[in-house]
Amino acid sequence: MLTQIVLAAMVLIGLGLLLNLWALLRGPSIPDRLLALDTMYINSIALLLCYGIYGASNLHFEAALLIAMLGFVSTVAVCKFMLRGDIIE
Amino acid sequence: MRSWTERLMPTPVRSVMLFVVWLLLNNSVAPIHLVAATLLALGIPLLTAGFRDQQTPFRHWRQALIYLLRVLMDIVLANIQIIRVVLGPNRLLKPGFVLVPLELQAALPLTILACTVSLTPGTVSAEILPYQDDPTENMGERFLLVHVLDLNDEAALIQEIKQRYEQPLREMFEC
Amino acid sequence: MTGLEWVIALLVLLGAIFVLIGSVALVKLPDFYTRLHGPTKATTLGLGSLVLASLLFFNFVLDELSLQQLLIALFLFITAPVTAYMLVKAGLHRNVDAVSATKNKHLMQLSEKQRPK
Repeated sequence: MLTQIVLAAMVLIGLGLLLNLWALLRGPSIPDRLLALDTMYINSIALLLCYGIYGASNLHFEAALLIAMLGFVSTVAVCKFMLRGDIIE
Repeated sequence: MRSWTERLMPTPVRSVMLFVVWLLLNNSVAPIHLVAATLLALGIPLLTAGFRDQQTPFRHWRQALIYLLRVLMDIVLANIQIIRVVLGPNRLLKPGFVLVPLELQAALPLTILACTVSLTPGTVSAEILPYQDDPTENMGERFLLVHVLDLNDEAALIQEIKQRYEQPLREMFEC
Repeated sequence: MTGLEWVIALLVLLGAIFVLIGSVALVKLPDFYTRLHGPTKATTLGLGSLVLASLLFFNFVLDELSLQQLLIALFLFITAPVTAYMLVKAGLHRNVDAVSATKNKHLMQLSEKQRPK
């Protein structure tokens, strides 16, 4: 029973990922797309956590941590570029 | 002259945190990890002591814990409220920007306040104005620019942020 | 299925629903600044709930000590406001327009004036 519920939760999160993809493609501005990408990172972490419960293994949590860190650092880096990159300083 | 314990462990809280995080990262308490965690917890603060800014210290651990629990509660409760706003029709939405006058001055409490405002649903902190270039400069009165998802009563919102979050922070940091 | 497993199932479902609501908000809300509210809060809370579920599952159902998930939740709760802050700054800097119903729209220009050139 628990595995079915976790599977259902994974379907919901997958749906969320598809919505994020739509938002990413629709835009319209670059910060909008960046926000969608950042949400995609977090959703994929949620998916990995569900997969960990589903397969009863905690091997994936390190991958989830890596995604969390890379997602954060890359989002902040792109933001910083948008704030500073297009001005002649 | 600082005592030798102070020189060996300039930031004891950070050392404990590093120790715990290393063990969590490895997900085990095997002796080898305990040794490595101890070495890192002692070594990293020593290596980074030279380029760390002096932050406002705080000693009121009990108040900090109460503050943390209250924020967690607020996050859960107010998220339920947000669901209604998000799933309702867009034309009922009343977004807006609000300037919250600040009494806090130091960097660390301001950071905590801004993060709390961002995490509690309905508000995202956008900027602290005026912009501060030099951390030692006295800026006079400063404001927190907040974006609100569902703005009904501006004065009430400012009052809530000031009383619920800024007041405990001022007590915690004694400023 | 024991009582504890029901609790875990409930937490997992709740977490997934919150994550989904965050994504729905991203698509549905009218402008960049309102969209920002969905992912930073609903999604973060959803992840917190999922982490709690997996903590209960590994420590009490499988009976093995595993607290690594705690680190994920901690990291996300620290980084989510920072990301939101940077995104708002980027949006204000690029003059991303807010929906016309927004109150106090003039405050958006305020942050631009204050920034040193």
